[in-house]
This record gives sequence, C-alpha cells and structure tokens, in this order.
Amino acid sequence: MQLSHRIVLTGASLGAALTPGMALAQTIDVSIAIPRLTVAEYHRPYVAVWVEAPGAPARTLSVWYDFDMKANEGTKWLRDVRQWWRVSGRSLKMPADGITGATRAPGTHKVSFTNGRGPLGNLAPGSYTLVVEAAREVGGRELLRLPFAWPPKPGQTARAAGTSELGAVSVAFKR
Amino acid sequence: MNKPIARTLSAIALVAALATPATLSAHRQWMMPSSTVVSGDDVWVTVDAAVSNDLFYFEHQPLRLEPIKAWAPDGSEVKIENGSTSRYRSTFDVHLHQKGTYKIVDARTMIGGTYMLAGKQERLPRGVTADKLASAIPAGATDVKISESQNRNEIFVTSGEPNDTVLKPTGKGLELVPVTHPNDLIADEAATFQFVIDGKPAANIGVTVIPGGIRYRNDLKQVDLKTDAEGKVAINWTEPGMYWVNATASDSKTSVPGATERRLGYVTTLEVLAP
Repeated sequence: MQLSHRIVLTGASLGAALTPGMALAQTIDVSIAIPRLTVAEYHRPYVAVWVEAPGAPARTLSVWYDFDMKANEGTKWLRDVRQWWRVSGRSLKMPADGITGATRAPGTHKVSFTNGRGPLGNLAPGSYTLVVEAAREVGGRELLRLPFAWPPKPGQTARAAGTSELGAVSVAFKR
Repeated sequence: MNKPIARTLSAIALVAALATPATLSAHRQWMMPSSTVVSGDDVWVTVDAAVSNDLFYFEHQPLRLEPIKAWAPDGSEVKIENGSTSRYRSTFDVHLHQKGTYKIVDARTMIGGTYMLAGKQERLPRGVTADKLASAIPAGATDVKISESQNRNEIFVTSGEPNDTVLKPTGKGLELVPVTHPNDLIADEAATFQFVIDGKPAANIGVTVIPGGIRYRNDLKQVDLKTDAEGKVAINWTEPGMYWVNATASDSKTSVPGATERRLGYVTTLEVLAP
C-alpha cells in the first residue's frame, strides 16, 4: 500500500527502478515496414497496432495518424482503419496517451511494448494475435495478423509480409 | 411485327399499374448516407433520397423531404439541413453532434383504393388523406375498396461507439429491431434482425435483400427470406457493399375508416464492410 503510493507520487520511471523484476519485464518488439510507393499523390498511411484474443476486448497499442491538425480534423479518417475502428478505435477518445503517434514515412519502424506498462497492460497467459492495419488517404488498405503465445517461448517470433500498404512486419520478444 | 409486342407490353404495364397500390412500391425507394460509420469531432452526413429501379442510382423520382426526420443517439429529434429536391433525387445533411447511433426515417401512411363508377374502375387520387377520403369518393360509386399503406424507410449512421436508443421500435407499423447492430455489419458474418408489426413479432413475412450496383451486373442477386416464428431473419452478407433490405406484410388492422386492408412496408439501406 505504502509502496504503491510512493510509486504514484514519484513517477513511473522511478517506480520502475524501485520495483524488482520490472527491469526484466517481457517486451514485445514490433518492426513495421512502410513501403515507398510511386504514386502521384502520396500521404503517409494511418497505422493501427493492436493485440486481440478471442472473447476479449482488443488492446490498442499504437495509432499513427494526423493528430496535430487544427480542430482535431485528422480524426475524421480514423474510421478508414476500419477493422481497428470496429474492434477498438470507436470506443477510444483520440488522441490517447501512450497510443497516439505521428504518421511515419516509408521505411522500417521499430516500436516496443512492455508487459505491465502503458497500453499493453498485463497480458494473461494465452494465445494472442498482433494485428497491424494500414490505410492510406487516396490509397488502399492492408491488414496483417501475427499470432503469438503468451508468455512467449524463448526465441519465439512471428512474421508477415504485406503486398500493398505494408512491407515486412515482424514481432520478437525479449526480457 | 413490332406493333403486337408493343401492344402486349403496354397491356402488361396497364395490368401492373392496376395491380399496384397508390404507393411507391412499384419501384424501390431508398436513402443513401455518405457514410454509415464516422469518426472525428465535427461530423456531418449527407443523404440522397430517391425512388428508382436500379440500386442505388437516382434515375426516376426524388423522395419528398417533408416527412423525413432524424433522431439523435439520445432519442431527441435533429434537424434536416440543406435540403434540396432535384429531378431525380432529394438530398439533405444531418449534423451529428452526439456520439452514438442516429436514425433517419421517412415514415408515411398512405391511402389507396378503387371503386366502380358507370361501369368503369376508377382509382382514388394519389395522396388522398383520411379526412378527405369521403369527398374523394363520388356519389354513386360502388365496390369501393380502400387500403391503407404504412411504409417506413430508415437508415442508421453511427458516430464513434454505437448505441441502441434509437433502435427501439416505436410500436407503429412494420419495423426492424436489430439483434446485430445495423452499423456493425461485416462480410462473411451473418446478421440477425427481428421484424415487428405494432411492436409484436412479425412471423413468416417476406424479407428481400439486394446488393447495390445492379447497373453493372446481369444477376440481380436478390435473396428472398422469411422471418421465423419470432419474426427473426438471418442475413448472410456474401460481399461488402451497400444492401437494400425490404420487408412487406399485410393485415386487416386498419386505422383509416372504411379501409379493409393494411399494407406494411419496411426499407433500409445497410452498409456491409470488408473484413
């Protein structure tokens, strides 16, 4: 009781340092390639990353969108990331702390999520799917699913390759 | 060579016209929203409203705007804005200030009928109202047959998370009670809807489902279903797109004096998203 109070008061980073075991928290490392496209009008895609399991609400980990437009106008197109919108987005208030990010340029982007922290929260043991969905203004949409077991077995990875709006997407785990 | 065919066709058209009540049921009426699922802070939806043969092309008649009403997620009425009626369609906007599910409704009761006068069958004038009915039937008319049509044409639009306040039936006429939310439809997942008449399950009535885009295919792809004992029907969406759903029924529970039959119609336009 005392400890948790102190953690709240001193902030998450100090709290993490004080808590034994936190340094060894399980991490999910996601690598997402956004392809360079030769099109007349290019806009960076909106990308959503989430974790889902049968019978449980989806957990949104990241949403890359035009969050800094005036009057929050970038939210108008969030529904075009339509599977994410259906399973999670429509019940979130955007921008959302720890989830919202700017759209990313073509290239490979690495993001990590730590068990017990931020949007990942505490995952109960079981079978999950990490889903990456990209939708591009005046472009197409693509969705990739990467199944994984939790807690991960040593050396466990998952990969998928997009053909239009996404390049290679992979997930790895470390402590 | 052409003449007998033309004559036959016009005879068929005449028979069809006589068999059709003074409603819009000869063609397909529909409303088409610019979106059914919307996100963002300042959200509008524009709706086209028309009566046509092909779905969803405005090519025959506009729907009149006056009866159209919109209901917000909290159940309050929202105004129809920027309404305009052109030759083939009407169009209007609804400003979606609230989060949740909106319903936009065109519900009307119409009276139709026939009578015999001087050996000829005559029709009641289109758009006759219950209070004008007596004066619309001339003295000496015999074999007066009056029918009442209650038609409901409605669409659903959801901003943010869906809710079900506006989905509750009014208890008047033929209505759809969603089991599956009408803005949560996805190809390859069957949806279940219940139909009710005056709030009670409408068992064994016909429900027709036709996907839009008729103009560019030969097969109509019409699916005819019947509701079960609870008034429920399951629809399998074979592909994403906009669908026209039409249910019809008839009974003798009339509200217009002298009417012997009540014809009930329900139309909705549903969007099915790609998985």
